Amino acid sequence: MGKRTPLYEEHLGLEGRMVDFGGWDMPVQYPAGILAEHEAVRQRAGLFDVSHMGEIDLHGERALAFADELVTNDCTQLVENQVLYSPMCYEHGGVVDDLLVYRLEPGHVLLVVNAANTEKDVAWVMGQRAKLFPDVQAEDISAATAEMALQGPKAQEILQKLTPYDLGKIGFFYVAPGIEVAGRKALWVSRTGYTGEDGFEIYVRPEDARHVWQEILKAGAPYGILPCGLGARDSLRFEACLPLYGQELDQEHTPVQSGLKYWVRLEKGHFTGIEALRREQEEGGPKRRLVGLRLTERGIARHGYPILNPAGEEIGVVTSGMQSPTLGEAIALGFVPAAYAQVGTPVAVSVRGKAVAAEVVKKPFYRRSGK
Amino acid sequence: MKTPSELRYTEDHEWLRPEGKSGRMGITDFAQDQLGDVVFVELPEVGRQVRQGEAFGVVESVKSVSDVFAPISGKVVAVNQELVDKPELVNQDPYGQGWIAELEIANDGEVQALLDAGAYGKHQEGGH
Repeated sequence: MGKRTPLYEEHLGLEGRMVDFGGWDMPVQYPAGILAEHEAVRQRAGLFDVSHMGEIDLHGERALAFADELVTNDCTQLVENQVLYSPMCYEHGGVVDDLLVYRLEPGHVLLVVNAANTEKDVAWVMGQRAKLFPDVQAEDISAATAEMALQGPKAQEILQKLTPYDLGKIGFFYVAPGIEVAGRKALWVSRTGYTGEDGFEIYVRPEDARHVWQEILKAGAPYGILPCGLGARDSLRFEACLPLYGQELDQEHTPVQSGLKYWVRLEKGHFTGIEALRREQEEGGPKRRLVGLRLTERGIARHGYPILNPAGEEIGVVTSGMQSPTLGEAIALGFVPAAYAQVGTPVAVSVRGKAVAAEVVKKPFYRRSGK
Repeated sequence: MKTPSELRYTEDHEWLRPEGKSGRMGITDFAQDQLGDVVFVELPEVGRQVRQGEAFGVVESVKSVSDVFAPISGKVVAVNQELVDKPELVNQDPYGQGWIAELEIANDGEVQALLDAGAYGKHQEGGH
């Protein structure tokens, strides 16, 4: 038996199909199915249990400076209650994890990390703290934090029914601490997500999770909200080209190779990994790059399938791939040598031993209108 | 889950509908439910000779890739071309419009040895 979130019983009640995910018992889908859940988020709204995510609290005068040392993006530009996405690197430039950095009240920073990496990340952060910022307190508060993501064009309308706080005041990648949701005091509500749609991530105390979850589904019912599992979470993030650790990101690749150059600020102050990432840039940029692929013949490229050049030689590997529910075509992400990274480059994907023609296309595959 | 009594089944969750010298086959209601939304079907080639238990097609859902195994030995005499554009028929009507291939029956003994609906139902309950 794996670890259970405070919403486990809700998933059983909704007939979620439970699978193991990084040691957690999580719903991969509910009876509506992945395609219906995916569509609900693109068109209306969907609710995800993401309580398995890890939360690390940093306290102290230098909490923000410590966060800035840990991650590649620039935390010093954040104002209070602003949120930032960033990779976090090892000294050699490989990625420990990708995470959200919340700048909360003075002296308080929250890091939200991937479920499957929480233990590793906590150990890494604690080690760096002891070495570099012993005056900052770091605490793993994952067990005391439930989290759900309400995503989709109707997310704000639905959540607004449950809170007196004007949600219009929470900008993209900002957070409102301590606002009331469904009569309970939420820890934080941020306009963030992992689907490519507008929406919120709502952090509550574990004892409030089931009530808030039920109330959101109730308030969303007239809008056609669906509870959504990890399957739709993956297909939605994939279309928006949001990387998944272990597939697009790992310790073997730098964040620049993984297409996250924008989130790597070499011009800011020192951060762990900057020497390696500077060297990479000075040596002419990454030798391998993550590209988007569109299959031009019938077939679906999947994680781990080889990418071939037109001569049939293996040049790379698919990190994620599926039949895009929104676009209706088979698309994929994968690493190739920089020479093959230009949009329009013809390549192929080896699907069960057969070369299926593909071409390099622009990322992201999906971008919501008006963004 | 439906398991029509006139069909024969494999432990790998294929069904066969023997009719004279040949039989249509597909994947069972249980199998399609386990897979979830089917988004792609790779059909075998017509004319191919297959052996019982050989992987001769592929069904892909949003998340997974599953082989389709030949329930009996024989020649593939027809395939369901409709699945090329409508793979969702496998979910919607697994025993009807969602059929995958038609096989010539080479060996009646193989057909007789397949599971009947009762035995297949028990096999499902026993956990896949």
